[in-house]
Amino acid sequence: MITVLAVHFAVAAVAPFVFRKFGRNSFYALAAVPAGSFVWLLFQHAAVYGAGSHAKTPAQTGAPAEIVPWIPSLGLEFAFRMDALAWVMSLLVLGVGALVLVYCARYFKDEDSYLGGFGAQLLAFAGAMFGLVTADDLLMMFIFWELTTVLSYLLIGYARTRLAARRSALQALMVTTAGGLAMLVGLIMLGASAGTYRISGILEQAPELVSGPAAGAVAAAVVLILAGAVTKSALVPFHFWLPGAMAAPTPVSAYLHAAAMVKAGVYIVARLAPGFTDTAYWLPIVLGLGLATMLVGGYRALRQTDIKLILAYGTVSQLGFITMVVGLGKPDAALAGLAMLLAHGLFKATLFLVVGIIDHQSGTRDIRKLSGVFRSSRALGIVAGIGAASMAGIPLLGGFVAKESVLEAFVHFTAAPGHGPWGAVVLTGVVLGSVLTFAYSARFMWGAFAVKPGVERTPFKAIRTSFLAAPAALSVLTIVYGLWPAPVDAWIQPYAALFTGETQLTEGTSDAGSAAGAAGHLALWHGLTPALGLTAITFAAGAAMFYGRGLVDRIQSAIPPWFDADRGYQLTIGALDDVAVWITGRTQRGSLYFYLAVILTVAFVLPLSALIAANKPLPEGLYFVDPNSPLQLVAGAGIVIGALAAVRANKRFLAVLMVSVTGYGIALMFALQGAPDLALTQMLVETIILVAFVLAMRSLPPELRDRTGGKYRVVRVIIGLSFGATMVFAAIHAMGARIATPVSLEFPKLAYEGGGGLNIVNVTLVDIRAWDTFGEISVLALAATGVASLIFVRGRGDRLRTASAVAEGTVGRRHGVDKSSRDGAALALTRKFAAATRDPWLVAGRTLAPERRSIIFEVVTRLVFHSMIIFSLYLLLAGHNLPGGGFAGGLMAGLALTLRYLAGGRFELHEATPISAGTLLGIGLATAALSGAAPVLLGGQVFQSAIIEFWLPVFGDIKFVTSTIFDTGVYIVVVGLVLDVLRSLGAEIDEHFEERPLQLDAQEATGQEATEGGDQVSAGIPAGSTQGGKP
Amino acid sequence: MTVNLTLLTVMGALYACGIYLILERSLTRVLLGLMLLANATNLLILATGGYAGLAPFFSKDTDPASYNDPLPQALILTSIVISFAVTAFMLGIIYRTWLLARQDDIQDDIEDRRVAETPSFDAEDDAVIPVETSEFPLPKLGSDGSDSSAAAEPAATVEAGGRTLLAEHAALEEKPGSGNIAAIDNDNAPRAGGAK
Repeated sequence: MITVLAVHFAVAAVAPFVFRKFGRNSFYALAAVPAGSFVWLLFQHAAVYGAGSHAKTPAQTGAPAEIVPWIPSLGLEFAFRMDALAWVMSLLVLGVGALVLVYCARYFKDEDSYLGGFGAQLLAFAGAMFGLVTADDLLMMFIFWELTTVLSYLLIGYARTRLAARRSALQALMVTTAGGLAMLVGLIMLGASAGTYRISGILEQAPELVSGPAAGAVAAAVVLILAGAVTKSALVPFHFWLPGAMAAPTPVSAYLHAAAMVKAGVYIVARLAPGFTDTAYWLPIVLGLGLATMLVGGYRALRQTDIKLILAYGTVSQLGFITMVVGLGKPDAALAGLAMLLAHGLFKATLFLVVGIIDHQSGTRDIRKLSGVFRSSRALGIVAGIGAASMAGIPLLGGFVAKESVLEAFVHFTAAPGHGPWGAVVLTGVVLGSVLTFAYSARFMWGAFAVKPGVERTPFKAIRTSFLAAPAALSVLTIVYGLWPAPVDAWIQPYAALFTGETQLTEGTSDAGSAAGAAGHLALWHGLTPALGLTAITFAAGAAMFYGRGLVDRIQSAIPPWFDADRGYQLTIGALDDVAVWITGRTQRGSLYFYLAVILTVAFVLPLSALIAANKPLPEGLYFVDPNSPLQLVAGAGIVIGALAAVRANKRFLAVLMVSVTGYGIALMFALQGAPDLALTQMLVETIILVAFVLAMRSLPPELRDRTGGKYRVVRVIIGLSFGATMVFAAIHAMGARIATPVSLEFPKLAYEGGGGLNIVNVTLVDIRAWDTFGEISVLALAATGVASLIFVRGRGDRLRTASAVAEGTVGRRHGVDKSSRDGAALALTRKFAAATRDPWLVAGRTLAPERRSIIFEVVTRLVFHSMIIFSLYLLLAGHNLPGGGFAGGLMAGLALTLRYLAGGRFELHEATPISAGTLLGIGLATAALSGAAPVLLGGQVFQSAIIEFWLPVFGDIKFVTSTIFDTGVYIVVVGLVLDVLRSLGAEIDEHFEERPLQLDAQEATGQEATEGGDQVSAGIPAGSTQGGKP
Repeated sequence: MTVNLTLLTVMGALYACGIYLILERSLTRVLLGLMLLANATNLLILATGGYAGLAPFFSKDTDPASYNDPLPQALILTSIVISFAVTAFMLGIIYRTWLLARQDDIQDDIEDRRVAETPSFDAEDDAVIPVETSEFPLPKLGSDGSDSSAAAEPAATVEAGGRTLLAEHAALEEKPGSGNIAAIDNDNAPRAGGAK
């Protein structure tokens, strides 16, 4: 069985390639798969029935089974089992599947698009359906169940450019998956109650389950499973999706919506019926919904003018009919139900395929346009006639045999005590439904084939034999079935015997003959039974309805349409959409303020409530003044004042400065706390951030307006204060709750002995927690690249002209200043003094416009730069033992570069760093990574460090720790980061500025007034930032 | 364990100011708020180290407990540099926003408002579509042999987004890679003109 499944799915996977090469004839190759499986199935007959026909136990232990464990810990396994029910269902699934695929080869054209995918889906569907009926594990079965749903969605939506197809596909998917979800819950409840998911096992213990302590849960589970069956088999109130699904290509309708998929629901009912008919809600659901479906479907079938829709509603009606019988839970009903299921599969598939041919040859399915088709193709008419006659239950055909036994079963049901008037109601309903069935069968034949007065004869292309082969084969089977029902009877008897199993125990009879006797037999002639009488009534009334079809039409039009389930579905979905939009509109306002306010409010309300609820006293050991550093109070006051000023500041640079004040204050706090490394790093970072801020913000207006005013401000104050207070108390309690000794008490020893350094913090960074630091420098590289990408947009801007290629005094020239104004006079004066070549303090100093240069600044830079670089290297190398390290060193070098840039402009920056920022970042990361990987190659662990001691002439004894290499990587990355910030926020924005005044000049030339913006712009470039950078 | 209230009070003030600032519309203020929050968090980590102590430089004779805790320090050092990188990145964003839109404000997301105003009518779900009675529609031939199928029935239309479209155009629009309806209409316009 697993092989059969695997072949189906494997061939489906390669099908699109086959189609690309062989076109529509590939369908024949695909058909070989289910056809071959069908033959295999016939050979299985002996295995299935040899043991099964004499098996008395309900579980039919003799059936062949295949079990492969999948996830043993979850109890999931590939469990398959071929008993009589599965075998009969597989016959239908594989047989009709093969014929439909054969039919497809002539139905489609080579040039139809997406044919490969379609073929693959159809074949995969056959496989999934086979898996569904043979699965012996509830969850496996559910997986196949959902597979058929999804494939059905794809197949219905085959004509993906048609709105109708898409909508129907989605509708079918929604309805069946909704039912599937309910079913999943039911399956799990059932499996959990039984303690196993093996279907055969569950059925074995069904009597105990139904009457045991978990009876309520089992009954609920069964109802949920039935919900799945009801949606899948399109029973009322979910019947509407099936006519909608007729938007699918007709072969799909024939296979999925007549023979196979919609039978899955019936199959579930049939599978569970031997054990669970006695649960509380089974009969009302199965009989009530089944009967309603049968009548609604039949009634609506009579109203349709599209022959495909007549069949669709007919299918709905028949599904209700079959579900009723199968769910009745009596041996004769079980026999009759499966017989009807087979007969229906045969005749309904035939009829759908015939409809497909009519549509294909004449271009319409509308009975008001079809006329004289029988005269055009008698063969087609005969094939269709056999199918329709079988559907109506006319003798000598399969439909008659099956229907006869169904009526028989209902007669018995009515006669049996205990059902009260309901038995009669059901029987009457079934007869009424059969009358409707007869009437719409006749209407179908008349509508499709008859010559209608006043309608032009429909043009009809000749049919090729190969096209007609599949429906013809099916109708032959219908005849054989009718004339010789004995084999079918033999196939189904073991299943029907399952129902006698329970009664046998009570009655004490145990021979096979009595089991068969209880179920009766399928036969053409049973004698003059009540069922035969009912059939005669059916024929008479049905024929009368057909001849009086004009009157029936008028009556149907006069009756106002009741509630339309399809409309109900649309309203439900529409309401769901509206609710979704409403909720989204209320919660997703698109305002960051709103989101943050909600998030932050939750962030303080939850911990605060927890704190209040816990009502713990404040921990001991609180102190305000640290005896070791009382100055903290002063620094703290400074920080708080700075923060408040930053909040109140309405000038951009003032606010930035105030934030810097808090930053420097915190550096002081670090120093007072005993953390010189932190203080150093914080100072350096704060300085560079200040420069970066000024560089980036110079083009923005100086005013910082508070736009979020009014009531929002109150909310912000409340959230801010509450959040701050919550953090204080949360921190107090968290720290008070600490009982363990700090792990860091071991650090000093670790640092000295393992890391070979005196600076514990630095060794922690480069050795003890090296992974952490490695992650961090990766983030730095990312952020640096991000900054460069945001400013340069295209590329990282690693290519710059050298200073020698730039004309003297051209960078940052002021434009658009009125020559007669004071500013203009001052400019003229500075330009007179400037003789750029005179002052070679900086390489690129001469490129700056005279009014930008500050000779003093250039001189100072010249003096300080190299010392700073040397100092940064010192910080790097000494950092292992003294304050410093890669971060501080890198920042110091960055500061030196910042100085060069501020004094000499962007070309100076370029001259100072011949290596691009991107390369630096790469080298730094690579160095750090290599220092981590190299020890592995030498047989150590990642980031393991070694201490190498040697002697050098001048330096004396040197103790070199390999983690310094890692620190060097950190140093290079930090330099790269600072460089990227300077190049992007500094140099590139400079360039943006210089492009703008030129445009302004152009505007002036055309007589337009230069805007005042020009002044503000020119105030920016290096000279301006120097003022900002040195408060 | 001991708790330094000075550090925590300053931390609380910084958190309050930072939160107040990030609830602002101005991007610059949001960034300043973030920096204050980063500083506040650094103080929080610092406070976990307990009493101020000796700078953590190893000396054999010193009791490990008399150093200021080195682990929070290492964490803070990492945090300082990361905040610098994040600040630089935010500065890049602010500059680019200014360059593109000449504003420093966080704008409300119009797309969200558009979603909130989605009409309950959705063409895909609710449009009335003509009944199809064949998968193989043949062109209807008039008495003179010309294709009269277009003239015989008024073209089916679809309501979409408050406009009425030809159903076939709506269908075209649904095809992958197709342009929008306006583009299709524009394509048709010159053709119609050319035919005249």
